[in-house]
Amino acid sequence: MRITATVKLLALGSAAVLALSGCTSSNNGGNMLQSLGDNEKTVSLLGWPGYAEDGTTDPAYDWVTPFETATGCDVTFKSYGTSDEAITLFKTGDYDAIAASGDATLRLIAGGDVQPLNTELIPNYAGVYDFLKNRDFNTVDGMTYGVPHGYGANLLMYNTKVVTPAPTSWSVVFDGASKYKGKVTAYDSPIYIADAALYLMKHKTELGITNPYALDATQLAAAVDLLKAQKANVGEYWSDYLKSIQSFTTGDSVVGTTWQVIKNYTPAEANVEAILPSEGATGWSDSWMVSSKAKSPNCAYAWLNYIDSPEANAAATEYFGEAPATPDACAFGSKDFCATYNAGDVEFEKQIWYWTTPIEKCLDGRTDVKCTDYAAWTQAWLEIKG
Amino acid sequence: MKSSSGARVAANAEATLAHRISTTLYSKPKLRLRLLLSAPVTWLGLVYIAALLALLVTAFFTVDSFTGNLVPGFSLENFASLFTNALYSTVTFRTIGMALAVTVIDVLLALPIAFYMAKVASPRARGILVISILMPLWASYLVKAYAWRSVLSNVGIFAWLLRPIGLDTPGYSLIGAAITLGYLWLPYVILPIYASLEKVSSNLLEASSDLGARTWSTLRRVVFPLILPGIVAGSIFSFSLTMGDYITINIVGGANQMLGNLVYSNVGVANNLPMAAAIALVPVIIMFGYLSAVRKTGALDNL
Repeated sequence: MRITATVKLLALGSAAVLALSGCTSSNNGGNMLQSLGDNEKTVSLLGWPGYAEDGTTDPAYDWVTPFETATGCDVTFKSYGTSDEAITLFKTGDYDAIAASGDATLRLIAGGDVQPLNTELIPNYAGVYDFLKNRDFNTVDGMTYGVPHGYGANLLMYNTKVVTPAPTSWSVVFDGASKYKGKVTAYDSPIYIADAALYLMKHKTELGITNPYALDATQLAAAVDLLKAQKANVGEYWSDYLKSIQSFTTGDSVVGTTWQVIKNYTPAEANVEAILPSEGATGWSDSWMVSSKAKSPNCAYAWLNYIDSPEANAAATEYFGEAPATPDACAFGSKDFCATYNAGDVEFEKQIWYWTTPIEKCLDGRTDVKCTDYAAWTQAWLEIKG
Repeated sequence: MKSSSGARVAANAEATLAHRISTTLYSKPKLRLRLLLSAPVTWLGLVYIAALLALLVTAFFTVDSFTGNLVPGFSLENFASLFTNALYSTVTFRTIGMALAVTVIDVLLALPIAFYMAKVASPRARGILVISILMPLWASYLVKAYAWRSVLSNVGIFAWLLRPIGLDTPGYSLIGAAITLGYLWLPYVILPIYASLEKVSSNLLEASSDLGARTWSTLRRVVFPLILPGIVAGSIFSFSLTMGDYITINIVGGANQMLGNLVYSNVGVANNLPMAAAIALVPVIIMFGYLSAVRKTGALDNL
């Protein structure tokens, strides 16, 4: 936490210096690589916790060392807790590549922070699920900016001893949350507003929400009201996954939104279960992208190719608890790996509303109204927390 | 032969140069002073004043909401929302309230401890007390905050102690945060009060009692006015450190925010550096007011 704070301070300082000297970063995002050169000695990666394990957390999980041995690129990895934190960190220019979710990718592309990819230089890209390719969160103007890492849903976790009957709907953290007053937890990011919008989409159809990321002013206000009511019952918000594990273990949190990896890490005696509720869920589909200021572009390309190789992709996505990016990975995971995360199941995949950045132009195709953008969501989120 | 004489010449030249510098400096005290001060003044000017100025300047910038890039310029938008948006006044008052509460808790705890240390304890006990008060400062701030997270938790010591008598742990809440912050800053409050109590001569206490004053009157009318600067000096620490805190409230404060969290969120979540800079000026201004108010008490000489 200290480290992150320091990095942010440095970022603040350098941004101020940049601004004072009148520099603005270019918007063209650099040029696409035409061929690969020799690997540099190091590569610096940024990603969600558990995306690049080198055996330090658990010696049984190490897919970074084989990469280092094969390519000679020494990996330094930093993890982040929210997409917003990722963008702030990545803008420092200290990272060669990033694993970003859909609510960050478009902002990075628009900000000129990442470079278009030459997928011909990434042989393993051919094996990736077709439904993950050329999506609006990784491709802009026909240019591919990211190669898929994996995808999954934000689940509902609950303490089986306290939360009875077992919930099947998100209502347990919204309309029914007062039953667990002070023990409800929620993800600490503006993007969590989409969870409330998804709930309203299914339960308050008169609002006319068809996409939880395309909210006009009235719809956003309804979601904000729902979250303000929820806040009275929230014990704490989490963005640090370790903090979430701890509160579920001590019983300070008993129900709330989670990731599969948190469920996996929470000790068995904490009696927690994680489900995909009937309304569906928000989720993420992550892409590895290369910085437009990459100091080690060759090593970054090597990593992108490596992470989409069946073996490494299986190791990384099963560890985090998400579906892999390539069907070939299923053979390398444990027996039920692909079934557990419904890999390749297009029906399941349709129930997940992938994180994406809300913008003024409504993502659901409406043209008669202006939608609320991410800045409005951020402001609303600060006000919800009060 | 030649080379050794060359070296001697060089050494001579060096000696002359050093000699000349030293003579010049000796005869020009003003130059000496300027050279001595140049390093600390550069440091103060560049690192301290320039950083504050950068903060002030950045507060007038705006941010492209989609790409997150800074747009330099002059806009009063950030300050306008500081005053018009209820969020900021609520959080400002909560933060001031928290800073005051922590200060009161710390002063009330520090007074008896400091008095015991300065006036009652034997020199040996005093040494042990000073060490035990300073000891927690050796541990990391984060470790202590996380320790309180487990103390305050549902299965922590507070819950274990208080549930049998019908009470409960304050949990992760504003009260929990006030207790934790009170613990964190206590040494900074005890030390100045202890230092000012040590300066109060025991003769004064005896004279007061000889003249018929009871214990309470002596404390109130003799001791208190003398140690007031020490108390204020301690309160500057607890007040300012609480004003700027955002980590403790994050760890043990539950779903609550303070000004520091708004700054942090604006940097980390919203990527809105200008707004963060504008908010960061709020505690700076409050502390400036607080310091100029207490300057008259002479507390600043006791820091």
